[in-house]
Amino acid sequence: MPEPLATKMEVQNISVFYKDFKALNDISLPIYANRITAIIGPSGCGKSTLLRSLNRMNDLVPGHRLEGKVLLDGEDIYAPNVDVVDVRRRVGMVFQRPNPFPMSIYDNVAFGPRLYGIKSKAVLDEIVEKSLRGAALWDDVKDKLKQSGMALSGGQQQRLCIARAIAIEPEVLLMDEPASALDPVATLRIEELAIRLKENFTIVIVTHNMQQAARISDFTAFLMMNEERAGELVEFGDTSTLFTRPKDQRTEDYITGRFG
Amino acid sequence: MNRSGLFAQIDLRRVYRRRKIVNTVMLSLTGLATLLAVIPLVWITVYVLIKGGASINLDFFIHLPRPMGTPGGGVLQAIEGSFVMVVLASLFSIPPALLAAFYLAHSPNTPLANALRFSTDLLSGVPSIVIGLFGYAIIVVYQKHYSALAGGVVLAIIMLPVVLRSAEEMLKLVPKELREGALALGSPEWRAAISVLLPAAAEGIVTGIMLAIARATGETAPLLFTALGNDNYEIGNIIRQGIHYHQSLGQIIGNIVSQPTDALPLTLWKYAQQPYPERVQQAWAVALVLMLFVLLLNIVARLWLASAKRHRR
Repeated sequence: MPEPLATKMEVQNISVFYKDFKALNDISLPIYANRITAIIGPSGCGKSTLLRSLNRMNDLVPGHRLEGKVLLDGEDIYAPNVDVVDVRRRVGMVFQRPNPFPMSIYDNVAFGPRLYGIKSKAVLDEIVEKSLRGAALWDDVKDKLKQSGMALSGGQQQRLCIARAIAIEPEVLLMDEPASALDPVATLRIEELAIRLKENFTIVIVTHNMQQAARISDFTAFLMMNEERAGELVEFGDTSTLFTRPKDQRTEDYITGRFG
Repeated sequence: MNRSGLFAQIDLRRVYRRRKIVNTVMLSLTGLATLLAVIPLVWITVYVLIKGGASINLDFFIHLPRPMGTPGGGVLQAIEGSFVMVVLASLFSIPPALLAAFYLAHSPNTPLANALRFSTDLLSGVPSIVIGLFGYAIIVVYQKHYSALAGGVVLAIIMLPVVLRSAEEMLKLVPKELREGALALGSPEWRAAISVLLPAAAEGIVTGIMLAIARATGETAPLLFTALGNDNYEIGNIIRQGIHYHQSLGQIIGNIVSQPTDALPLTLWKYAQQPYPERVQQAWAVALVLMLFVLLLNIVARLWLASAKRHRR
């Protein structure tokens, strides 16, 4: 890898609670800039919870509480003086099910920039084109920007959602099983896109598909439930090492398909 | 056939025949019951069409009633009165119902939400005549006269639970990823509600509003206590008079909503009891107009809803 590793985010000893239920137990890991970090693990182990802790989406869940720190460029995003809107602008998100808004393709992409007060048509046009190109969707939709985003195919919808997310120039892009609702060809395009996007963004991707993690990620975190059903980090390392010479027996069992 | 074991002793053909007979009988019964359920609608529709169709002509829609006992004339006053009161009721009920529906969809399990859901369910079960009496007590007695305003308020109370609960259901159908998607971009909650949730649920919400309007248009009992009826209610005349006396727009609107007002179901109720055959004829015609309007609104609303559901995955 050409550039040296820089730490973009740092998860420090976080535990997440929903009311009395502990969903994550004492998790720490680094997230390196301009790399793809994959979070893998069996169902229910808290992959999505961990991911959503990185842009405070869990704040929306009633009864949610987080202990520990999540640093973004060295500053805790859960500190009291931090504006959650600013966190979400810097840490964007793509969801499992494509969720284009019920409006035109153009307005979908312009939604974020408009939120932050950009009104000029010329500037918006530029952002929309740049974002759609960035999401490898421009050539598909450049002649039908006024059409509804809901009319696109599933894979196109997901790329539209990626374009929408990168339109506000986040520093980190979170992807929650972005290809799990897509067919293999669309999945491949999303994977290629993720690899291309890491030039400009730091990417964290949750996937239940180990081949996908192995194909596209630079680092992998393997999570499992402990006896109290709280998710714990079993192993974190660079992807090729983790998949070929796992340190932990449980990691080896999981990646060789013995459970999960 | 050579059978052994458990089935050797059983005449399967008899079992099968019995099953077929039971099946046929039950299926016929369900079909018959279905037919029975449809008969009232068809009967009423055809009957009203025949009875009322004869007296419907252009005059019926554009003229006020003639003095009793003289033929001709129309029910313009009732059409206009129904229109005014339904508009008022919509203005009073739709905005609060939508805001409350957003609250219910956003925080479905708070004590306030449960209380709201419970009380709207109760409200929709309150007999409409009781709501009319309530309107009489708080508005008519206070104002010392019947009015379209009082009628609009009681119709709004009737529409409120219908709009609220249907809007809530429609908002709950919107995938939660849409709201989260907006919030993940840093959108404030209200902005996500207005520019993402509302358009996503709009068709269904409009359907609920149309059904509520259909319901309000057909209500009679609450209007007996509040609008009373008025054979000479004519908006055109009120406006012309207002202009003649140099009244302000506010005063004219005040005149429109503050006098006793007629409505289609009220006219139907009054005319049907009168001894003049022309009036009874017109009562049938009013019934036909009312029925067709409500039927049409219902059909359009349901078709619209069906297409809205198809568009959503």
